[in-house]
Amino acid sequence: MARFVISRVFSIALTLAVIVTLTFFMMHSIPGGPFAQDKEVPPEVLRVLEAKYRLDEPLYVQYANYVKGLLVWDLGPSFQKIGVSVNDIIKQSMPASAKLGAVTFVFVLLIGIPAGIFSAVKRDSFPDQAIRFMATLGQTIPSFVLATLLIYIFSSRLRIFPTFGLRTWKHFVLPAIALGGYSLSFVTRLVRSSMLEAMGQDYIRTARAKGVPEFQVFFKHALRNSLIPVVTYIGPLIATVITGSFVVEKVFAIPGMGKFFVDSITNRDYTVLMGLTILDAILLCAAILIVDLIYGLIDPRIRVDK
Amino acid sequence: MPAMDEKNGAARPLLAVRDLCVSFFTHVGEVKAIRGISFHVDPGETVGIVGESGSGKSVTSLAVLRLLPYPGRIMSGNVTFRGEDILSKSAGNMRALRGNEISMVFQDPMTSLNPVFTIGEQIVEALAVHGGKKSPAEARTRAIEMLNLVGIPDPEARFGAYPHEFSGGMRQRAMIAMALVCGPSLLIADEPTTALDVTIQAQILELMAGLREKTGASIILITHDLAVVSEACSRIIVMYGGQIMEEAPSEELFENPLHPYTKGLMRCIPAFGGAGRERLVPIPGTPPDLLKPPAGCPFVERCREAMRICLSNRPAFYGEGRHRASCWRLDPEAPK
Repeated sequence: MARFVISRVFSIALTLAVIVTLTFFMMHSIPGGPFAQDKEVPPEVLRVLEAKYRLDEPLYVQYANYVKGLLVWDLGPSFQKIGVSVNDIIKQSMPASAKLGAVTFVFVLLIGIPAGIFSAVKRDSFPDQAIRFMATLGQTIPSFVLATLLIYIFSSRLRIFPTFGLRTWKHFVLPAIALGGYSLSFVTRLVRSSMLEAMGQDYIRTARAKGVPEFQVFFKHALRNSLIPVVTYIGPLIATVITGSFVVEKVFAIPGMGKFFVDSITNRDYTVLMGLTILDAILLCAAILIVDLIYGLIDPRIRVDK
Repeated sequence: MPAMDEKNGAARPLLAVRDLCVSFFTHVGEVKAIRGISFHVDPGETVGIVGESGSGKSVTSLAVLRLLPYPGRIMSGNVTFRGEDILSKSAGNMRALRGNEISMVFQDPMTSLNPVFTIGEQIVEALAVHGGKKSPAEARTRAIEMLNLVGIPDPEARFGAYPHEFSGGMRQRAMIAMALVCGPSLLIADEPTTALDVTIQAQILELMAGLREKTGASIILITHDLAVVSEACSRIIVMYGGQIMEEAPSEELFENPLHPYTKGLMRCIPAFGGAGRERLVPIPGTPPDLLKPPAGCPFVERCREAMRICLSNRPAFYGEGRHRASCWRLDPEAPK
């Protein structure tokens, strides 16, 4: 087990190194730079700026400098916001995104898994069809449409939930639905189909022939066998939702990371773009490692400690 | 069923199936998988049900346990176990019967055990659901006892092993241990050796025969392999096209098959140490389409001895004592 984790941490480090390198050079290969403006910037001003941020040095030197900083988690200064470092940006914007992401994640699991199980148990009944209809709808409506609809109905018309910010629990409801709508629908359908698949297996017939009550057949024998694809999906999901969404944060005016990600691309704010990409990659790799460990808990056939 | 009792000269049968009909309602129509079969199993007896794929043998066993997969349904007939009507039992009472009074061993031990629970957990579960007031330690002891009984070496250690750590033969032994742990009086084994190597097959059959003697349980052995039933069963039922073609005590059936289908099956078995150059004779054709079951004998299209009446009318059972067959050729008025 410990050996598995250690070897995985090494391979994650390698993956991150590749990501850092590729992102760095791809980013620099895009035309334009952090100080390119609509108006022509006077060449001497540009030179001074580039010298200040050491962008005048050869690319490989810049790369070496960046990696040196990265090793001590110094992500460098933002090229757009004067006097603000990337570490500051993450420190300020991540809590909002992470809080909303965590709430969304719990919401997706607490609704999606039971809905999927219920749908599978009551296969082809009216509630099943209703759930499947909602799930298909949820997967097809884009988050910005959903967000706008939610605000119109629940804030503007019914005045139940506030339209922006994250101050009380009420503030979380609409953005969590908007952010998690797609994943919720996906998880519901995934749980339903993998439950049904498990229900068709021979060992379910064995359990019934043994006299095991239906409830236990579902929740003990079928559920555990159907969790693998679900865990595979929801592991990376948590990394995705806690790093924020541009659209949802924009619509609900949440001061999260999503905005910085998009802005850094259009502004060629090299350090911010690098920093947020690396943060995302680290979270994703960690989530996948945890998923691999959970696999072993669920299914002894893929247990790693032997 | 007094008539049957007289005929067999035996006590009340353990299991009696009468005029059972089972259909599957698929989207292409009603598949009449079982069309009116009757048979019984006496206490302590091993009965073989033989037939090719689609003859309805597995469906029969699942119908007895009321475990027919969707969209299957029992259309008519009755099934009694110890004189009690099984088909009218509540779901809860039926559940109490399964695994406790009647248990089942399935064909493929690779897929019939749940991969995420240990062998021990799965055996103990059978004890637990049948309300035995056993402590976990007692249940464990009993499960290990069963593993030992079915010939699993080092049962203490194997109790905590997962199915994927067992070989095919060992898994089937574990399945048998699980089926017998509550001391059922009827064990239905649906092709228990089909997925196993020939050498393992023999071991499993021997094990089942030994356990029957020890526990006194009746066994229904379902197979497509005549060689298997000939060794293991005292009585054999031959099924074809959802109906019973012939039923006789084992030796009687092999010495004196009455039905052309049974005779055909015999010609398909290689004779060991015989003259050596005998050819195996296959039965040409395919089984009937049960979406549109034939009006007469289901075997008519493949039968060497078919007559005109076989096409239009279903033959009754002919024969004496415990040997009966459903064939117009056995009618006293049939041409010889």
